[in-house]
Amino acid sequence: MTTPARAPSATQTLRLLCGFAKTRQPASWSEHLAEHGPLPSGRRRRGGDPRLLELVDKSGLTGRGGAGFPTGRKLRTVAGSGRAAVVVANGMEGEPAAQKDALLLAVAPHLVLDGIELAARAVDANHAYVAVHRGSPASAVLRAAVAVRPEPPMPVTIAELPAHYVASEESALVHWLNGGAAKPTFVPPRPFERGVGGRATLVNNVETLAHLALIARHGSEWFRQVGDVGEPGTMLVTICGAVRHPGVVEVATGTAVGEVLRLAGGASAALQAVLVGGYFGTWMDAELALSLPLTQAGLRAVGGALGAGILIALPDSACGIAETAHVLGYLAGQSANQCGPCVNGLPAIAGALTDLARGSWSPARRGDLDRWLGLVPGRGACRHPDGAVRLAVSALQVFAADVHRHEASRPCAGALVPPALPVGAPVSGSWR
Amino acid sequence: MRLRVNPIACAAHGLCAELFPEWIQLDEWGYPIVDDEPIPPHLQVHARRAVAQCPTLALVAEKA
Repeated sequence: MTTPARAPSATQTLRLLCGFAKTRQPASWSEHLAEHGPLPSGRRRRGGDPRLLELVDKSGLTGRGGAGFPTGRKLRTVAGSGRAAVVVANGMEGEPAAQKDALLLAVAPHLVLDGIELAARAVDANHAYVAVHRGSPASAVLRAAVAVRPEPPMPVTIAELPAHYVASEESALVHWLNGGAAKPTFVPPRPFERGVGGRATLVNNVETLAHLALIARHGSEWFRQVGDVGEPGTMLVTICGAVRHPGVVEVATGTAVGEVLRLAGGASAALQAVLVGGYFGTWMDAELALSLPLTQAGLRAVGGALGAGILIALPDSACGIAETAHVLGYLAGQSANQCGPCVNGLPAIAGALTDLARGSWSPARRGDLDRWLGLVPGRGACRHPDGAVRLAVSALQVFAADVHRHEASRPCAGALVPPALPVGAPVSGSWR
Repeated sequence: MRLRVNPIACAAHGLCAELFPEWIQLDEWGYPIVDDEPIPPHLQVHARRAVAQCPTLALVAEKA
């Protein structure tokens, strides 16, 4: 477990969102410059910009898309490829509950575009893409922002991909940009080795790039002044479920889950559990969750994951098993239908959980479920099945008391009401 | 040497498990479960045969 640099306060730390989140209108070019000042000048050089690379290393910036990988190390790998690279800003945000990247792109498009230019400079890229869902409001905002900015040193293309859940996976982005379906591919080669057009490709979450835009202006020391020592800075968190004001907040990393829920107006009902990390995350008993720090390391220490910074508060009145069965059904439907263990395993697991939620159960069924949960992880081309299984496994642990009642054909009242966890509208049709 | 499956290419023909049962089992849907330990030298001939016979070239041998 890591210790916070200083005691996190129960207030937001608005570095990325500033005052723009209140209006939900995009900061104009002049508002952006008035708030943040101009981007430090620089130019592309072969092998990347050593000063910028060192700055990012020292800042300790980690990826905000889910994996939490050190950004500096990723940049260096791509910069060292020996030829011009490609930058892809990932603004796809496939999780139905997640809203943080949508909000960031809605209010601070120029900060993200600054970050893209800087990343391209850092790794010596001669083309950059911003990947967003086709038809999302973000694409119009980004196009308008690109049109009013000074000519960037490399073309920036707004790429609109089909809104399938797994299309936001980095190999799927690259495959689509190379003319294929927006489905994950068999790796290696990973995008940083061989990506768009066969070139080394940096895929970063849009929030990560926005932080980069501030680090380049204010320095690594400034960046480390707030947040956790090991994973410094601020982070955007989406809060939904049983809180008074669901939405997105910006807090210092390491802030306790309970503090973040307070920023969302506090719980609107007695809570039994919190889903930390979204649909690739884990259920946590409410009491345990409230004191947990929002860091990759802190959550990993208790078997959790930060994911893309999503918290879903589950009230006492809901049935955790029924909710999880519902989400698993959604995730099963969002498979790219490429890998046998995912195509067969996820519907089987979702079906068993649905039976359990309804109380139509037998010991043999439990044997099937446990076998499938052990059989599926690690056998897909991407992590989609692994994440879905992690969620299901955590539900069986955290809601163990409910599981016993359901197994005895006494499902709880919460299983009879429609599930509350958001799942996206089914995306049908083209993967192109 | 280690074996790895490209799960996208794999179409559950199941030949690999027939040819190299010491290392490969099939799950209930017919997809291979491959031991990811390094393969001892005396079994590598079986591993190579399984790789060569896969109809979709989904079984991959990698340097351990």
